[in-house]
Amino acid sequence: MTAVLAPSRVTEALPVLRERGQREVFCGLTGIIWLHRKVQDAFFLVVGSRTCAHLLQSAAGVMVFAEPRFGTAIIEERDLAGLADANEELDKVVRQLLARRPEIKLLFLVGSCPSEVIKLDLSRAAERLNVTHAPNVRILNYSGSGIETTFTQGEDACLAALVPEMRADAVDQLLIVGALPDVVEDQFRRLFAEIGISRVETLPPRRAKDLPGVGPGTRFLLAQPFLSETARMLETRGARHLPAMFPFGAEGTTAWLHAAATEFGIDEMHFRSVVAPGRERAKRALAHHAARLNGKSIFFMPDSQLEVPLARFLANEMGMRLIEVGTPYLHRSHLADDLAALPDGVQISEGQDVDKQLDRVRAAKPDLTVCGLGLANPLEREGLSTKWAIELVFSPVHGFDQAGDLAELFARPLVRRDRLTV
Amino acid sequence: MQLTVWTYEGPPHVGAMRVATGMTGLHYVLHAPQGDTYADLLFTMIERRGERPPVTYTTFQARDLGTDTAELFQKAARDAYDRFQPQAMIVGASCTAELIQDDPAGLALTMGLPCPIIALDLPSYSHKENWGAAETFYQIVRQLADKERKPAARDGRRPRANLLGPTALGFRHRDDVAEITRLLGTLGIDVHVAAPMGSTPAAIAGLGEADFNIVLYPEIAHEAARWLEKTFGQKYTKTVPIGVGATREFIAEVCLLAGIEAPADPDAGRMPWWSRSVDSTYLTGKRVFIFGDATHAVAAARIARDELGFEVVGLGCYNREFARDIRAAAKLYGVEPLITDDYLVVEDAIAASACELVLGTQMERHIAKRLRLPCAVISAPVHVQDFPARHSPQMGFEGANVIFDTWVHPLVMGLEEHLLTMFRDDFEFSDAAGASHLGGHGAAAPADAHQAITPSAASDVAVLERPQVDADGWTPEGARELQKIPFFVRGKAKRNTERYAAEHGLAVISVETLYDAKAHYAR
Repeated sequence: MTAVLAPSRVTEALPVLRERGQREVFCGLTGIIWLHRKVQDAFFLVVGSRTCAHLLQSAAGVMVFAEPRFGTAIIEERDLAGLADANEELDKVVRQLLARRPEIKLLFLVGSCPSEVIKLDLSRAAERLNVTHAPNVRILNYSGSGIETTFTQGEDACLAALVPEMRADAVDQLLIVGALPDVVEDQFRRLFAEIGISRVETLPPRRAKDLPGVGPGTRFLLAQPFLSETARMLETRGARHLPAMFPFGAEGTTAWLHAAATEFGIDEMHFRSVVAPGRERAKRALAHHAARLNGKSIFFMPDSQLEVPLARFLANEMGMRLIEVGTPYLHRSHLADDLAALPDGVQISEGQDVDKQLDRVRAAKPDLTVCGLGLANPLEREGLSTKWAIELVFSPVHGFDQAGDLAELFARPLVRRDRLTV
Repeated sequence: MQLTVWTYEGPPHVGAMRVATGMTGLHYVLHAPQGDTYADLLFTMIERRGERPPVTYTTFQARDLGTDTAELFQKAARDAYDRFQPQAMIVGASCTAELIQDDPAGLALTMGLPCPIIALDLPSYSHKENWGAAETFYQIVRQLADKERKPAARDGRRPRANLLGPTALGFRHRDDVAEITRLLGTLGIDVHVAAPMGSTPAAIAGLGEADFNIVLYPEIAHEAARWLEKTFGQKYTKTVPIGVGATREFIAEVCLLAGIEAPADPDAGRMPWWSRSVDSTYLTGKRVFIFGDATHAVAAARIARDELGFEVVGLGCYNREFARDIRAAAKLYGVEPLITDDYLVVEDAIAASACELVLGTQMERHIAKRLRLPCAVISAPVHVQDFPARHSPQMGFEGANVIFDTWVHPLVMGLEEHLLTMFRDDFEFSDAAGASHLGGHGAAAPADAHQAITPSAASDVAVLERPQVDADGWTPEGARELQKIPFFVRGKAKRNTERYAAEHGLAVISVETLYDAKAHYAR
């Protein structure tokens, strides 16, 4: 159990390779793909170009074709001529949309690269539209643009936009911050109830009307490592962040739960007895994949900001060798515990120059490279096994009962490589 | 601003990427913000390409906007040249870079890079993917084709043609090129250059050495072909060889351009007999709705009516640039042309058409799924399923064979259709179960409000003076009889009966009215 105690190593000195060049990453709009499913009465209207619409549809593929709760107000030539007209046009599109989808309670106007470059002020547009459409629909805005946000930072921006909407509430409560699959969220709620933390809320909520309150009694755990702005906003509302490793694997999940238990004054013996069954189940599940992953080398290209905690899990719990852990952005304080638990001498890189990084991948010949969809097949063609990073964002991977699934995501490409004889 | 849920076409720079990715030795330097690299996955995932598209993105961020994005562009261009050593480079801007007006073309041209630089001006806020591909190909051809290179004297050599139009991420372009190359080979014609896909800047330089051009995909190659005709006097084909009839005409046309004699009776493959065989009788008069890019939609309409005996009940395209072709074809088939890139409008049109088969893009496939109609895909935008492992062309006689199979398989087949009509109450074999060869996942009958009317409820009210009718005027018996009509024509029968009732001033639709209307509208 000592592993769950906060490690003491100073992480400030950790050497980080910083690169600038072509970044092969998604922009923050991509977060809409999972957020629009998570908050069931919300709609995401991107104010952007045909490229934005094309990105969403390409990244979403057929997954969400059925009835998407997102769309794009495509800026056209005449919108560029005058901003007054662009605002009028936007109002018209919102009217049109709300008439078609009367069940929408929360509408996000999502800024894009073009809307920001032409300085279309979506916060003022949201204010204006709120006057028109209150009380049926609440209209908020955030930026998912590529010039401001990288991939998962879109979720950060979206959740940060929700924080001012949270009513002031001084009650003692634990807030889980970050979109999790419903099944995982329910597991965590059950665990916290057994541990003895009675009041647990989530951000985002499943329905906009269930947005929790926030205040000095709120302590929050980050379920995702990419929520720096949301955390900062919550802190301005009096909430306090509980630093912890992120809940991946048996150790990460135990440490994460433990941070809350300690904060809420839960008896240590009781905590241990509650988490023991889940922790044991997780370890048993991980053991299935241990032989496959142990000693194998892995290279993370920067993608979702999940890289550091996942590297920690794979190195410490599965025995993998870390060649390079790339991340688009390194948030040292939120990642402090995971960084401290990384093996000595691991190469961390922040930012990207994709061609140079690919040269390093080719030179290192890792057993597994975690990368985006644009790079996976080209690397496979060169004989390098890959794991699509986006699957780690879309799949239930947090907590004890998903630990085995998480390990399996990394083991599967290796199993497949060994199986195939074609 | 236009509210868009799904788009048929990407932005024009994606069209340029399709051209560049199809070629080798060409590199595209694209001034674009972080995130625009998503487009790479179209090629690596959908088309399963094993190489990254030859594109360098500057991926600027907000912090770069305050400094010097122009310098960033020049560094990206220089690094790209050093790393990839292309024979030529195309340079341009995506939608956001267009707004910051760095003039990537001007910047690149002053850099003194040791290869031809082709500047692209692709306005993102008014144009789309196909246009972007056509413009890019045209600029490449215009700037690289060497005007001194002309066809060698015939002197007994075989005639040579360029195949123009195939790109990366094209709908069956890979297989069409192989099929048409083979077909030309049997006619005694050699392919000089296939471009853009399969070519290099060096090969483009020699386009003028061909005797004539074959335009496979007018959406992409028409502009370039016109310029080549003007510059080199190369004639180009007007017939797109999709379907048996079109392929026969295509053969006649290329033989004429090549100055050779056309074969008297080319082997047209299996499709003509498959269609004439009695098993296909049930295809007669099936109502089809057709939507796609204009070239594929027009070709599909001809095949549908003339080669399969279907009835075309809807025809449209999403690319306005070719609206004229669709209007002309729609006139031929007596339908209203549908020119739109709003998939919600297409969905409404499909629902209103009471069609029995949808021939469309991946968008229409989803619309058809929702409306529980059979569907086959005939056109881009593409999906991973549109890149089958097997050879699966649309063009030439083998393409016609492929089309026969692809369009006919989603339908409820021959005798099964009759059995469904005769024994519709069988719990395992009814319209609710869908076609048997589709493994239970085929189109099943849509839920229908009429089924909720129970016989007992109906008999209880028999004493009333006026028979109880539903909102549309149907008596319970009439509504039950309507249910006995196969689901794929039920909507049409219902509408026809209601129109008949309205025209004859009947407030109540009974079983008699249903059959009166049937006799009235009998084909």
